[in-house]
Amino acid sequence: MTVLAFERVSYRYPGADRLALDDLSLTIGEGEFCVLAGLSASGKSTLLGAACGIVPRLHGGEFAGRVTVGGLDTRDHGPGAVAAVAGVLFQDPETQTVMSTVRAELAFPLENRGWNGAAIARGVEEAALALGIEDLLERATHELSGGELQRVALGAALVGRPRVVLLDEPTSQLDPVAGDELIWLLRRLNEEWGMAVVLAEHRLERCLAAADRVIALDEGRVVCDADPAGFLGWAKTYAPLLQTPAARLAAAVGIEPAPVGVKRTRAALRERGLLPPRAAVDGGDTAARRPRRSERRAASTGAALELRGAWFEWPDGRATLRGVDLVLRPGERVALMGRNGAGKSTLLRCAAGLAKLTRGRIACSGRAALLLQHPADYLLADRVGDEVSAAGLATAGLSALADRHPHDLSGGERQRLALAVVLDAPEPPAVVLLDEPTRGMDRSAREELGRQVRELAAAGAAVLVTTHDPELVATCAERVLLMAEGRLIADAPPADVLGGGWYFATETARVLGGAGGALLPEEGAALCDVAQRSSLAMTGERNLNPEPAAGAEARA
Amino acid sequence: MRYRAATSPLHATRASVAVAWSAALAGLALVFDHPLVTAAVLLAATAAGTLAGVRGELRTAARVGLLLALMFAVINPFVARLGLTVLLRLGELPPFGQIDITLEATIYGVVQGLRILALVVAVAVYFAAVDPDRVLRLFRRAGFRSALTVTLATRLVPVLVHDGRRLADAQRCRPRPSGRLALVRAVSSSALDRAVDVAATLELRGYGTAWRARGVPEPWSRHDVAFAASAAALAGLAATALATGLFAWHAYPTIELAAGVPEITVAAAIAVVALLPFAERRGVAR
Repeated sequence: MTVLAFERVSYRYPGADRLALDDLSLTIGEGEFCVLAGLSASGKSTLLGAACGIVPRLHGGEFAGRVTVGGLDTRDHGPGAVAAVAGVLFQDPETQTVMSTVRAELAFPLENRGWNGAAIARGVEEAALALGIEDLLERATHELSGGELQRVALGAALVGRPRVVLLDEPTSQLDPVAGDELIWLLRRLNEEWGMAVVLAEHRLERCLAAADRVIALDEGRVVCDADPAGFLGWAKTYAPLLQTPAARLAAAVGIEPAPVGVKRTRAALRERGLLPPRAAVDGGDTAARRPRRSERRAASTGAALELRGAWFEWPDGRATLRGVDLVLRPGERVALMGRNGAGKSTLLRCAAGLAKLTRGRIACSGRAALLLQHPADYLLADRVGDEVSAAGLATAGLSALADRHPHDLSGGERQRLALAVVLDAPEPPAVVLLDEPTRGMDRSAREELGRQVRELAAAGAAVLVTTHDPELVATCAERVLLMAEGRLIADAPPADVLGGGWYFATETARVLGGAGGALLPEEGAALCDVAQRSSLAMTGERNLNPEPAAGAEARA
Repeated sequence: MRYRAATSPLHATRASVAVAWSAALAGLALVFDHPLVTAAVLLAATAAGTLAGVRGELRTAARVGLLLALMFAVINPFVARLGLTVLLRLGELPPFGQIDITLEATIYGVVQGLRILALVVAVAVYFAAVDPDRVLRLFRRAGFRSALTVTLATRLVPVLVHDGRRLADAQRCRPRPSGRLALVRAVSSSALDRAVDVAATLELRGYGTAWRARGVPEPWSRHDVAFAASAAALAGLAATALATGLFAWHAYPTIELAAGVPEITVAAAIAVVALLPFAERRGVAR
C-alpha cells in the first residue's frame, strides 16, 4: 500500500533559474525504509518539504504535479493535516522546537490533535523512552545541546505514531554513538510499528545497511532507485562521490558487487582471504595523561595554544570543562571528538576568548580564528566581495562569485567564505578553530575542507577541528583528542584512536577491525593486498613442504 | 530576553489573564504620551518585573530601551523645528540645514524616549514572566489559524534574541567586526526567514488543525482574579482618561502640560492598580 506518492512533480523556488524538482515521480510503500542520496542541492530537502506540504505552501514558487501522503493531497490539505500522517524532522533542530520544556514539546503535537491527558502522558513517556531522552523531560529546550535538541525534535515528530516519517539529515549534529543509535532506532520503529521512513543523508555509511531502498537524486530527478546493493553498483560507475568507504574498499580490492555495510564487507574480504589479522585490542597508549612539570615546560615552549587546568563552570554549578590540559604546536592538525555535550564547543569558545575560564590558564601565541557552527552568521554584507578583501577571496577560491549574495552560495561555498572572513586579517592566525564544520556537507565539500585544513597547517597555524565525522579526521588530522564529561580522555594519532574503536572509528577501520591502523579505503586496500600476498606465500610454502596438518586443512 | 520560570503572582496567573494584564500595561504606554502616564507605566513595569523575579531579564531589555530612548532624545532636537524657545543656534549644518536646538524639541525627545523605554520594559515583563507555552495553548483553544500570528510573535522574540546572541558571537570572531548596526540589520533581516521557520514547525506539529484540545477546566485562582481585576481597572482608567480629556499635553510650539491633582491621582492609581496583585504572595507555587 502506498503511503507517499509523487506524480510528475516539478518545483522551482521563487527567483531561481532552475528546477529544484524536475518531473519527479515515485511512490513509497507502507513500512519501507528508504534512503534519499545525492550531493548538495540535488533536491533531497525540497522533496521532503513537498512531501510534508510546506513546499510550496510556505516557500512560494512554481509547483506542478501532485503529492499525496497517506491519501491526503498536499494541494488540498495543509501541513497541519498532513502532520497527522507524516512526522517531519529537518536539519536544524533549533528551528523545530516551539515549547519551553522537553515534556511540553513532546506533548504539543498530541494536544493539537485533541488526545486526552492520559493518552498524552503515555505517548510522551513512550517517545522519551524510545529515544533515550527520559532524563531530559523536565529540562528547558533552550539549555539543550544540538544533539539533544535533535533527539527531542525527532521525538516530537514520532510521538503521534505517524505512518511515514520524513527526516532531513537527522544525524548531522549527532555524535557517532547517537547517530548510529538513531538509525537503528528508526529501523526498529520501522519494523515494529510498520512506519515508513524516508531519510535524506550525506553519510550513507551510517544508514545504508538499515535501508530497504535507496533513491538517488540529481538536479531534482531520480537517477537511481534500487536496493542498497544495486545503488552501490550504480554509484561506482555513475556517482563515485556517493560511494560508502566500505564500498570503495571493496571496489579497490576487486570485490563485485560491493557488499552493503560493515558485516557483509568483512565477510566478503574473509571469503577471499583478504582480511588482514585483527589488531590486538589492548587499547594502546591513547590515554590523555597530565604531563610532568618538565614535560609541560618543554611543551609550552613555542606552543600556539596552551590550556592548563582549564575549568569552565556555569553559574548554576554545572562544569563543562574539568581541568583540561592541552598544548597545540604551530602547524599541527588536531581533531577534537566526543559525545554531544562533552564540552568540545566550550573548549573552542574559551580558546577564542568568547567565553572566560572560571579556573585555569589559557595562552595563545597570536590570534585565534574561530569558525562557529553556523557559517551564515558571519556573513552580513549583500555581496560576497564586500565580506573579505580581494586577496582573501582569491585564497578561498571565490573570486568568481564576488557579486553573488552570500546567502545564495551553496553550503560548502558559504563555509569557505566564512572561513575566509575569520582569516582575513593582516597577521595570519596562530590557531584556527573549526566547530563542526562538516554539518550538512556532501563528500566533495568535506574533501575540500580537508584540503583547506592541510593548507592552513602548512602555512604554520595550529588547526583544531571539533567533529563527529571520523572520515574527515582520518583525511586531515594528525592527532585526535577524545573528550568526555569535560575531560580529555584520549590524545593520540588517528590510527590509534579511530583504528580500534566501535563508534569513534571510520567504516574502513570497522571493517578491518583496526588492523594495521588503516582508516581510509585506500589504506585498507593496501593492507588487504599485503594480507593476500602473505596468504598466497604461506599457501605456496605449504604446497612446497606439505605437512599432514596442511593437507587436512586443504581437504577440509 | 527569555521566559524565566519563577514563583510569583504573575507566573501563577492563567495565561489569558496574564496576557490581558500585560496588554493593559503596555497599552497605556502606547495610547498616552503624557509624561505622568509614562512615568507611572515605567515605575509599575519595573516594580512588577522585580516582584516577579525577572529583574535580570528586565535589565537586559532596559539596556536596549535606553539605547533607543537616547537615540530619540538626541535626534529629535536636530530634526524638529517646531519649538519656539531656542536654546542653541548651530547655524547651517548639512544635511539638516539651519539648526536651532529648542527647549520644546529637547523635552519632547526626552519624553518620547522615556515612552519607548516604558513600552520596552512593559513588554519585557510579559516575555520574561508569562509562560509562552501556556500562551500557545491559549490561542490554540481560542482562535486556531487566526491566532497563528499572535503565537508567532510570542515565539519569535525569544528565537530572534537567540539568533542575535549567536550573530554577535560570530561578529566577535571577525578580525574586522561589523558593528552593532550591521548586527541589528542582520537580525531584523533574518526575522522573516525565522518567522517562516517557526510557522512551519507550528504547522508541522499540527497547530491550527481542526481538532479542539480537550482541556480540563481550571478553577480561577486568587491571582487570576486579582490580575483580571487589575487589567480591567487599568483599562477603565485609560477609558476614563480618554473620555474626559485628562492627560492633555503638547510640546509645540510651547510646552503645555496638564499636571494637576486629577492627573497626578490617576497616574498614581495606574501604578498602584498595576502592582496591587503582587501584594498577595500566597499560592504562588505552581
